[in-house]
Amino acid sequence: MRTSSHLVYLIALPLFSAALLLLLGRIADKWGHLLATLISATTFGIGVAEFFSMHSQSGANRAVTQKIFEWISVGNLKVDASLLLDQLSVCFVLLITGVGTLIHIYSIAYMDHDKDRRRFFAYLNLFIAAMLLLVLGDSYLNLYVGWEGVGLASYLLIGFWNQNPAYAVAAKKAFIANRVGDVGLSLAIMISFAQFGTVSFAGVQAGAPHASPVALSAIGAMLLLAAAGKSAQFPLQSWLGDAMAGPTPVSALIHAATMVTAGVYLITRSNFIFDASSTARILVVTVGVITLLFGAIVGTAKDDIKKALAASTMSQIGYMILATGLGPVGYAFAIMHLLTHGFFKAGMFLGAGSVMHGMEDEVNMRKYGGLAKLMPITAVTFGLGYLAILGVPPFAGFYSKDKIIETAFNQGGGKGILLGGAALIGAGITAFYMTRVVVLTFSGARRWKEGAHPHESSILMWAPMVVLAIGSVASGFLLSFGSSLVNWLQPVVNASNSVGGKELMNPWVVSLLALAVVVLGAGYAITKYRTVEAVAPEKVSIFTKAARKDLFQDDVNDALLVKPGKALTLGLVATDNYVIDGAVRLVGWVLSEISDVLRKIQNGYVRTYALIMLAGVFIGALIIWVVTV
Amino acid sequence: MDISNYLYLSVILFTIGALGVLIRRNAIVIFMCIELMLNASNLALVTFSRINGNLDGQVASFFTMVVAACEVVVGLAIIVTIYRSRRSASVDDASLLKN
Repeated sequence: MRTSSHLVYLIALPLFSAALLLLLGRIADKWGHLLATLISATTFGIGVAEFFSMHSQSGANRAVTQKIFEWISVGNLKVDASLLLDQLSVCFVLLITGVGTLIHIYSIAYMDHDKDRRRFFAYLNLFIAAMLLLVLGDSYLNLYVGWEGVGLASYLLIGFWNQNPAYAVAAKKAFIANRVGDVGLSLAIMISFAQFGTVSFAGVQAGAPHASPVALSAIGAMLLLAAAGKSAQFPLQSWLGDAMAGPTPVSALIHAATMVTAGVYLITRSNFIFDASSTARILVVTVGVITLLFGAIVGTAKDDIKKALAASTMSQIGYMILATGLGPVGYAFAIMHLLTHGFFKAGMFLGAGSVMHGMEDEVNMRKYGGLAKLMPITAVTFGLGYLAILGVPPFAGFYSKDKIIETAFNQGGGKGILLGGAALIGAGITAFYMTRVVVLTFSGARRWKEGAHPHESSILMWAPMVVLAIGSVASGFLLSFGSSLVNWLQPVVNASNSVGGKELMNPWVVSLLALAVVVLGAGYAITKYRTVEAVAPEKVSIFTKAARKDLFQDDVNDALLVKPGKALTLGLVATDNYVIDGAVRLVGWVLSEISDVLRKIQNGYVRTYALIMLAGVFIGALIIWVVTV
Repeated sequence: MDISNYLYLSVILFTIGALGVLIRRNAIVIFMCIELMLNASNLALVTFSRINGNLDGQVASFFTMVVAACEVVVGLAIIVTIYRSRRSASVDDASLLKN
């Protein structure tokens, strides 16, 4: 395997810049954002250079490693801090640094009025460093460090405006939900070490075929739990909607394009585990299908534009997770959808940010309407992303999402019908809620609140949106032309070129079906939302009410976890107060009661002391006399 | 005369002294009672010296006298000071350390 000495700069540069900006403080206020953007662009440059040097090699020789230092060497556990850049991680490196740089540029304008802009950029660079470590680590333990790092960066950025208590709570919620997933990842690492004696990807891959099925299923389930936490999948999905409390560029970068897809990366990276365990695969597709429908349904009822997009992100990642559970054929399609989604969803989030910027931070879509004329660039770029997510040919989503639906159908039997059908219905609901977002925001009557002066954003903001819109248009075709991505990933994930299994339906039939449900969903949304009131109607069906409340996800968590947890802590506090403190206080009380009695002897009269002394001497003499005589 | 009579006298003197310490309140009287007890023990020591036919007891009584002299110096000084500040030589009144 080739080695390189440049990989470490991918992580070290943004980490150094983050530390610099945080340590220098207000001195760096003037140029902090420029440095951070420059560093991010530099990492993108390194990524592109590495990609081309990789591209010039033949398939098996493409992976590059770099050992930074020996990290842990205890008994049998030997872990080096070393990096691995292979065909899979280079996709992520380009996505993270590319989209990351665009969002840095966008944020310069978006955060212009914020007095803490330097701190924001420091956190963004911290995130870039952690996310790159996550995808470049060559062992589960290295990945874990990056995994925790992005969790921290996500927490800091969601709670960036933590002077608002609700935002601070949202940050905490995201962090805690992620911790649950992190427990899964750490358990998976421990089981891997117990089973294989190593935690490196290569070592686990070599041992996986000989491992016991139970252990493999356990590792798979724990990895899935980790992925569910980080990627907001069922049952740990509740944090993503609240995470929209963060500034919009954060939502675009972390909660749409990169960090939330880390779960998909984890499962794809661990393909050898999931290939060997059908139980784990079934769990994965179940979680994927539930989440893609869950997110889509929640998305239909959200009036907050960012929350609608967040629900959509959850649903789209559900598609990716579903694809990774479909066996070797699915990984490449999952990654393809991940990349195209990175473009169109980040683009739409930036569009939402642009709209909010023009509408004085109003997020309620019912207060928008008719913005297309005033914000033409935002409307067009958002529209291209919209067409991409719907899967309208020839936009990006058509290539990636249809492949996933097709692969799901081709699983065969009832399972195939079930998975494919669910994915198809999901596509229809996606069309419905995305059309709703577009119609409410850009067309129809102007329902603005008093004093709103919507205007197109500055070039620093719309230029990244244009680049991402181009990606939304072209990335799908580029990635699937001649099966380029599938062939590229072949050495890592063993993906085969076909969509796997026996073809249940002709691919064209699947595409036509998907297009039909999309048209149906979009058409229904257009007729339903052509005219709306600025205030959400109260009298709605029970389903709408449920979707508005996120299908009761918070109530369920509250009843199942928060309340028992609170009861437990209250019980422990009571035990501490009454049992442990009680025992300590009892000792003190007994002593003080005894001393209350004894202190009466000390009455302060010299004669009493003299009498006691005399009595003592007399008794002492008596004892000596009795003993000696 | 039987030599043990000196010992009886010593016991009687000591008992009078001890009772005086226990019963009286005036510091001066208590002080004198303590002197009485010391001298009673001196008498006992000298008597023992006589009985045993050596000088150990007499030497010990000299030590006692020295200690008694020192005690008078310190004790009287304390008593006079207390009397000056409190206008009373009663030991029961000097109970500031109580509580």
